[in-house]
Amino acid sequence: MSARLSLWLLMLPVLLWLGLLIILPHIDMFFVSLRTRVGVGEYEYGLANYAAFFTEPLYLRTFARTAIMSVLATALTLVIAFPVAYFIAKVARGRWQGVLFLFCLVPFWVSELVRTFGWMILLRETGVFSSVLQWAGLADGPVEMLYNDAAMMVGLVYTSMLFMVVPLVTTLQSLDDSLVEAGYDLGGNGFTVFREIILPHAVPGIVSGSIVVFMLSLGNYLTPTMLGGKDSLWFTEMIYSQFIVRFNWELGAAFGFLLLALSSFIVWAALKLSGQTLEKTLG
Amino acid sequence: MIPTIPQPAAIRWSYRAYVTLFFLYLALPLVTVSVFAFNDSLFPALPWEGFTWDWFFGDERPKRGLFHERSILRAIGTSATVAVAVGLLSVGVGLCNAFLFDRREFRLKGLLYVLMLLPLVIPGIILGISILVFSSTVANGVEDRLGYDLELLRPGLALVVLGQFSFITTIATLVILARLRHFDRSLEEAAMGLGAGRLTAIRTVTLPYLAPALVGSAVVAFLMSFENFNTTLMLVGSDAPLTIEMFDRMKEGSTPVLNAVSLLLMVGSSALALVMILVQRRR
Repeated sequence: MSARLSLWLLMLPVLLWLGLLIILPHIDMFFVSLRTRVGVGEYEYGLANYAAFFTEPLYLRTFARTAIMSVLATALTLVIAFPVAYFIAKVARGRWQGVLFLFCLVPFWVSELVRTFGWMILLRETGVFSSVLQWAGLADGPVEMLYNDAAMMVGLVYTSMLFMVVPLVTTLQSLDDSLVEAGYDLGGNGFTVFREIILPHAVPGIVSGSIVVFMLSLGNYLTPTMLGGKDSLWFTEMIYSQFIVRFNWELGAAFGFLLLALSSFIVWAALKLSGQTLEKTLG
Repeated sequence: MIPTIPQPAAIRWSYRAYVTLFFLYLALPLVTVSVFAFNDSLFPALPWEGFTWDWFFGDERPKRGLFHERSILRAIGTSATVAVAVGLLSVGVGLCNAFLFDRREFRLKGLLYVLMLLPLVIPGIILGISILVFSSTVANGVEDRLGYDLELLRPGLALVVLGQFSFITTIATLVILARLRHFDRSLEEAAMGLGAGRLTAIRTVTLPYLAPALVGSAVVAFLMSFENFNTTLMLVGSDAPLTIEMFDRMKEGSTPVLNAVSLLLMVGSSALALVMILVQRRR
């Protein structure tokens, strides 16, 4: 077998996979997003779908809301996860380190459906928190804690926590303790050591964690649908309703492309700003 | 803040308290879901009405347990079939990709590698709709030209498998590639020096070395497929996998049979994860 032939054979699966399932579908989706249906099987090409997006305030508002809330969820996840990751990487010793790390992984092995269901049981009007509050005499009647932005945020942060903790722990573990000690020896206090030594060292972990968490929040459908209220519409819900409920694939494809553009832009900007590459961050 | 640098006891203890609170937050929804699987009440909510196994083994309405709910059992079977198919496909293609990227040099290798990573940064719902759009374009084209309806390319299990495969393959590739990169190639050369052909050397030396990564990526692929929701939601036809079935029930508000299913899922995936850890430790 010649080297050339075997190279082609080895390349065939990856080319088929990426070509047929990633590249061509996205090109096709782009073409579909450029057309509008004018009659049965008759289409007109143009930017009408994108124009509809920019002229309809509901679409624009939902898009902006989804982006802002995703950034907020990412920031919250980072702030909550960082001390825990630092604890696992630097403070915990011996067996505890492995055990705590494993505990962080557990929710990931459980379906997102189950996690969301758990929060529903806890937060809803007949839920556990509401019952406990009434039992303790802190509330007179049932308290509805579900179907609002806060509940949705709790769910989003919970769902993506692992993807922040793991990269943070990995980068923080590679920080040499003696560097931290040197910082203190040179007269630094907790705050300056954190700002000058720990934080700069953790940047690769922060970037890769944030990228993944942002992506997962932006593309999440389940959490906003089940935990969010009537007003907390998520952009993925609009894509879903255009495709499955209204059967307007053309507009849905345009929405999909806009979401993809936003997520690609943010991933690209985060990589550029931090001087990382996709290969290093994911591979 | 490392153990060798003394800190006031108050700070140390509040740090520990924070980490403890964090792990309570992680555990809370999962524990709640599990506990209510045993509540002898028609709703997964307080008050506690006593312990029961009915939501697993009960065989009469209204307390029909999951082992007597046909639709749930069928959905579990569907999910398992899909997950096995996705696991086999993605590990197979991942293995080819690992050899391609580790062993071969060719033009545009860097570009292909980045393309290979892309499915991880495309939101799942967009992967779903792009494949949905493209497959119907192809199916419609075939129907118009040849007058033959390609049932396989309409929403259904085949598309669900393809959709999940499209991004799980990236993960399988990365896992296998990471281990192959640490392989000492002189072992393979030794086998060939002893008279083995290249393929025999790979089969008897390299593949056994890769076995933990193959098993690991197969388990990860199986679990990710079993739990996938976003991509599946867009591609599903009339046969609902478990996540879709659970989603429909969650929207309607279900009896604790949903908790029983969730607990079963948790036990199942922990068992699989445990098997994987054991396999990897043995090597």
